[in-house]
Amino acid sequence: MTIAREEVAAPIQVGVAPRILERLGTLPLHVGIIVLTVAWIVPTVGLLVSSFRPLSAFSTSGWWTALSPPFAFTLDNYQHILATSNLSRSFFNSFMISIPATVIPTTIAAFAAYAFSWMRFWGRDWIFLALVGLLAVPLQVTFIPVLSLFIKLGVSATFLAVWLAHTGYGLPFAIYLLANFFRALPADLFESAEIDGAGTLTVFFRIILPLSVPALASLVIFQFLWVWNDLLVALVYLGGTPEVAPLTVTLANLVGSLGQGLQFLTAAAFISMIVPLIVFFSLQRYFVRGILAGSVKG
Amino acid sequence: MASVTYDHVVKRYTAETTAVRDFNLDVTDKEFMILVGPSGCGKSTALRMLAGLETITEGQISIGDRVVNNVAAKDRDIAMVFQSYALYPHMSVYDNMAFPLQMKRMPKAEIDRRVRQASRILGLDNFLKRKPRALSGGQRQRVALGRAIVRSPQVFLLDEPLSNLDAKLRAQTRIELQKLHRELETTFIYVTHDQVEAMTMGDRIAIMYDGILQQVGTPDEIYDHPANLFVAGFIGSPTMNFVPANVQNGTAKASGFEVNLPKTVASSNGTLGFRPEALTDRVQDGGATLNVKVDVVERLGSDQFLYGQVGGDTVTARVDPRMKVTPGDTVRLGLDTRSLHFFDADTEKALL
Repeated sequence: MTIAREEVAAPIQVGVAPRILERLGTLPLHVGIIVLTVAWIVPTVGLLVSSFRPLSAFSTSGWWTALSPPFAFTLDNYQHILATSNLSRSFFNSFMISIPATVIPTTIAAFAAYAFSWMRFWGRDWIFLALVGLLAVPLQVTFIPVLSLFIKLGVSATFLAVWLAHTGYGLPFAIYLLANFFRALPADLFESAEIDGAGTLTVFFRIILPLSVPALASLVIFQFLWVWNDLLVALVYLGGTPEVAPLTVTLANLVGSLGQGLQFLTAAAFISMIVPLIVFFSLQRYFVRGILAGSVKG
Repeated sequence: MASVTYDHVVKRYTAETTAVRDFNLDVTDKEFMILVGPSGCGKSTALRMLAGLETITEGQISIGDRVVNNVAAKDRDIAMVFQSYALYPHMSVYDNMAFPLQMKRMPKAEIDRRVRQASRILGLDNFLKRKPRALSGGQRQRVALGRAIVRSPQVFLLDEPLSNLDAKLRAQTRIELQKLHRELETTFIYVTHDQVEAMTMGDRIAIMYDGILQQVGTPDEIYDHPANLFVAGFIGSPTMNFVPANVQNGTAKASGFEVNLPKTVASSNGTLGFRPEALTDRVQDGGATLNVKVDVVERLGSDQFLYGQVGGDTVTARVDPRMKVTPGDTVRLGLDTRSLHFFDADTEKALL
């Protein structure tokens, strides 16, 4: 057992004609993707441009006119919004809500998904089915019973209420996503670990979690963005209390209190978008699968 | 002391599907035992029951003197090498090999000593910091072996460990595994569907088919004295010639030739079997001769195989590579009657 040997993959011969066909085949796909991307980005760009325009321009012409000379951009909207509203407090509240409301369901879902995918217990498949079925339950039907429960427990209008609510709403999807990912891990790994003497928890922490970083990261991104951008759940369980209101609630109130001052809202909206953008760009590399490459097969 | 005993072991998944039926096998200490058979014959299931990855429906499995039916996999003092290698992809080669020892809460210094020793034996010294994905197939395979070696288990279980390697590397690794077996002086139980691996590596071979153990023996015993039609056809390449024949007064009559059997057999209907190397261009006076109409000639340099017809039957002959034959020729070949087999038509058991 001494000679190290590298295998060299033989290049696959592909004729010219199939290659052209292949290119042509992907062309509509690429065009489609680009069209969709542009369609989604345009409103955001409009929002960004508008937030830098003075009131006079804002109310008389469309945002795209600002892209041609004469350029008239201003930071007034941002200065105004940061000076007058309760934005920094709301910013803090949004974090206070979003971080636990992401960490709690992700943690629970990881344990649950492990059990659903790799442990044998009575009624496993039926329970899993019921759980996935919960994905179809509209959030709105739960508001009144859950809120009355929270009021009875005395937790309404506290952070705890939204944490619990987001955990409940997020779990079915989170478990479903992670269970599917865990199930796709090769069974040999678990059997090997079992023979190596690793117990259930050791397998979870030393094998499943490290291998599931891409799935966990995408789940964290989904859940964080959903909670950060959520208005409805926060409004229902927190009420209008400004001390605990997240950015979304404060933004919604701005429209009412500022009336005509839509240009300030554009600035505020953009501030609230910064965090999701940072989260996405910093974690997006984890979306790339392939950490499993090399575990099995030669 | 690490013999392995299967005592009337049965694996039943449902009432209808039985993977392993009444399996009895004694593997002696330090033996290299091969479990071989076509896919789906129950050989892997038999191994996985020993490993503790499958429950045992009936019967008993013992390692040494200990019945292990209810012993957890980790406490059976075995190590297993998987076909897929099952390396932990996020761990380095070193950590992969250290993992089972860490699970035993072995002191760090001892872990380090053992991992380094194993990596020296396997020639992995320069790869300890690499992740499995940065290794070639052969190297991964050796890491999987290393992870088994470090534990110094009583029994090594290997489940088709070579089937993901290319042909050349497989031949080389076959030899290295035998060396390893000699160095480690441990019981090896090796599952494969490849009869070449079985013949070349095993001290003894256990052949399984359809969940039933067909024959256990040394490679020579199995090759020269197959117990039944299945074993005879499974072992050997090219496969044994099978010709339907009728026996009367010690003479077997096939559609295209007759041959005197060296012994009397109790049955009159059955299949006459002879290996290609029993049918050669050496024609003996008074011996059986066959006139074979050649369809295909296969030259391998060291050997020449002729595939042809005699009467209504297809036969394969192994002749001198210098013999000039072209397809369409009819050649006169001699049959060595010392290596004839005869299988009963009903039971398919060997009678000769």
